[in-house]
Amino acid sequence: MDEVDRAIINALQGGFPICDEPYREAAERLGLTEAALIARLEAMLAANTLTRFGPMYQIERMGGAFVLAALAVPEADYERTAEQVNALPEVAHNYRREHALNMWFVLATETPAGIAAAIAKIEGATGLKVHAFPKLKEYFVEMRLHA
Amino acid sequence: MPDVMTSSGRESPARPDALDRRLIVATQGGLPLVPRPYHALAERLGLSAEEVKARLARLLETDVIRRIGAVPNHYALGYVANGMSVWDVPDERVDALGEAVGRLPFVTHCYHRPRALPLWPYNLFAMVHGKSRAEVEAQAEQIAALLGADCRAHDVLYSSRILKKTGLRIGN
Repeated sequence: MDEVDRAIINALQGGFPICDEPYREAAERLGLTEAALIARLEAMLAANTLTRFGPMYQIERMGGAFVLAALAVPEADYERTAEQVNALPEVAHNYRREHALNMWFVLATETPAGIAAAIAKIEGATGLKVHAFPKLKEYFVEMRLHA
Repeated sequence: MPDVMTSSGRESPARPDALDRRLIVATQGGLPLVPRPYHALAERLGLSAEEVKARLARLLETDVIRRIGAVPNHYALGYVANGMSVWDVPDERVDALGEAVGRLPFVTHCYHRPRALPLWPYNLFAMVHGKSRAEVEAQAEQIAALLGADCRAHDVLYSSRILKKTGLRIGN
């Protein structure tokens, strides 16, 4: 990742235009050509410097639900359990964390009822109890990071 | 979708309709990396580019879309210490404390969540990111100082592996 990549990341974590040629418009603001911006985004996605480029949806605003949940997974079963949990499309993110609760994931479903169904599926597949931590109140969210 | 907007243009956010949903399914993995991405989507969905742009603009306006752009991988940017700091504070104080912790410049997410006793006594969650664990620990100390005697217990859970990071995926 070089200075141009950093400039792209810092400038484009939001505000991508909705117009006929948005890459050209965004590229001009960065002093790049459209082709160069597209090539750099492709390369950063391929290298997993970016996990995605596009709209970030808030499923709650669509009547759906996001819930943070955790499992206490025995070490010997960790890889198998991760595969079982990740197999569900409702699992948006999943992280290993160092704690007795050592697998933390976010469920994203189109309806609130979908959360209970996803939890039941995970408990059925893994034989482990899912601890759900639905947000009671959001105080602050800022997902931009400085590159 | 029937248009019931008044001339002022203000309205309560509408639930996405079936066409919005198709647009969401088509873009949740990302935008096409071509010079005219909204035209490409329009072609795929059998819509006009004008309709695609208008619908995306409306989803953005109503916060169904939080933002459009790049989603960086924390680790790739050098944020290798990603800590979920968790705090046990009195329930009657959690809102005031949560607002204060959320205002700290290094906190990226801050939520009130339920406890799961006896395993989990924490009711305030604050995500902090640093280039090293020492940096995250210093940030956690600042949170502890802000909470003062209201902090009865705390922990910082570092992510040691990304097992999955696809984001939202609703079905077709």
